[in-house]
Amino acid sequence: MKLRFTPVVALLGFLFLYGPIVSLVIYSFNKSKLVTVWGGWSTKWYAELFANQQIMDAAWLSLKIGVISASVATVLGTMMAMVLVRFKRVRGRGLMGGMVTGPLVMPDVIIGLSLLLLFVSMESLFGWPAGRGLTTILIAHITFNMAFVTVVVQSRLSDMDDSIEEAALDLGASPTRVFFDITLPMIAPALISGWLLAFTLSLDDLVISSFVSGPGATTLPMVIFSKVRLGVSPDINALAALIVAAVSIGIITSALLMRKKR
Amino acid sequence: MNARGFLTRRNLVIAIPNFWLILFFMIPFLVVLKISVAESRIAIPPYSPLWDWVDGAMKFNINFDNYAYMWEDSLYINAYLSSIKIATIATLLTLLLGYPMAYYIARSPEPRRSILLLLVVLPFWTSFLLRVYAWIGILKTNGILNAVLLWAGIIDEPLVIMQTNVAVYIGIVYTYLPFLILPLYANLVKLDDTLLEASRDLGASRISSFFRITLPLSMPGIIAGSMLVFIPVIGEYVIPTLLGGPDTLMIGKVLWNEYFSNRDWPVASAVAIVMLAIMIIPIMVLRRAQSKGAEV
Repeated sequence: MKLRFTPVVALLGFLFLYGPIVSLVIYSFNKSKLVTVWGGWSTKWYAELFANQQIMDAAWLSLKIGVISASVATVLGTMMAMVLVRFKRVRGRGLMGGMVTGPLVMPDVIIGLSLLLLFVSMESLFGWPAGRGLTTILIAHITFNMAFVTVVVQSRLSDMDDSIEEAALDLGASPTRVFFDITLPMIAPALISGWLLAFTLSLDDLVISSFVSGPGATTLPMVIFSKVRLGVSPDINALAALIVAAVSIGIITSALLMRKKR
Repeated sequence: MNARGFLTRRNLVIAIPNFWLILFFMIPFLVVLKISVAESRIAIPPYSPLWDWVDGAMKFNINFDNYAYMWEDSLYINAYLSSIKIATIATLLTLLLGYPMAYYIARSPEPRRSILLLLVVLPFWTSFLLRVYAWIGILKTNGILNAVLLWAGIIDEPLVIMQTNVAVYIGIVYTYLPFLILPLYANLVKLDDTLLEASRDLGASRISSFFRITLPLSMPGIIAGSMLVFIPVIGEYVIPTLLGGPDTLMIGKVLWNEYFSNRDWPVASAVAIVMLAIMIIPIMVLRRAQSKGAEV
């Protein structure tokens, strides 16, 4: 059954979702610094963006944190998903499920503050982590990313038929071998999307990083935030346009690849 | 069968991720709880220890001054109430826009359905911060929206939207829309068409079949989606800071300032603990809706 007004609302909804993104991309090519004045096409803001050493350093740091935290989180999250879905006789599954959903819905300010206070307490008790910076940001990002990876892998595992794994076990394969030879190849797409999700969330995090970061560790969102708090800044428009381009290319390619496989 | 080797490896797989979450997710809350009953001090770290040794005996320093202070100063209570109000209104607005979208996507024929779903998720992959920032250029007094409306002759004077709660609502609906659409879509797509056909055959109008069949059946999706918006919005910091004005009072902003500007860690901790207490009920509702959705 179709409700007649839903296509109209859907159209408006998609305009609402994409209008701001399109406006950022268009204005990244605006020669004028003012939003309302069209000064002609220009790529000068891109040149300015790449000449800005502060932004480039922060971008490099964020990419590093993104890759490391997404990779560690994928390993830990996959383990957690295996425990939740495949390990039938484990006690405390309810609590584990709660610990996984926790970071997904908890406001960032609470996660950030609580981790910072933990790091400070640990430092005064054990002397580790010494100060705050890259290590503490990595730990924080791994923690919230792990929850997202767990959810992605968990849903794939529960949709998957476990009879092949059981057959291999019955035929005498060790559980480790079954995992690496059967389970892992079957959940590989979920691992890739989990990793990408974790990487994106890590690149995007402002609040948690601000709490747990120290001098010398300024991530890209922290630089962006301090710039845009003062208003519109055209080189940030250029940065946004580049991110939009990268994401669109990535998503469209993966969608096409998936279709070809089918 | 090497049962023993299996057992130890199995236990390791259980232990490692749980150890991580307990250490870096559960224990931090206990630390926050501990510091919320400490006294603020000008020292490193800037709060009093939980216990002291006085004459060989352990003496606990627990005081609820921070909580009492929050109760007395109307700023905090107003910030909590205002956060709940903003989160409630924003959730309803998101639902108003998201429900028809989810419904339309779920009822679309196949190639279109996947493309639309992809379009809902796509913005989520680009930077959240930059998408909120995009609204500054659109909503400010000499921004795109006012330029268009003035040019079209719809308004004579620019609208003041930036730095008001209206801008905050727009920002929240915009960023949290995918979180609401996805669980709702997952629910609506499973809806059994024969129920609707039966109700139509029995003479019910479209509207009445919607309210008597579709809406009640999609309740778990509505609740899960709404909670996924409501809970994080309570503690939202970026949107009220970038789009809201000085009058936009939200508890996430208060906590941030308490920590970064006032450097009062015990009060910031107490603010966080009360925020957690407020969120317990919505989180329980969410978990129930999610387990119900799994059964269907």
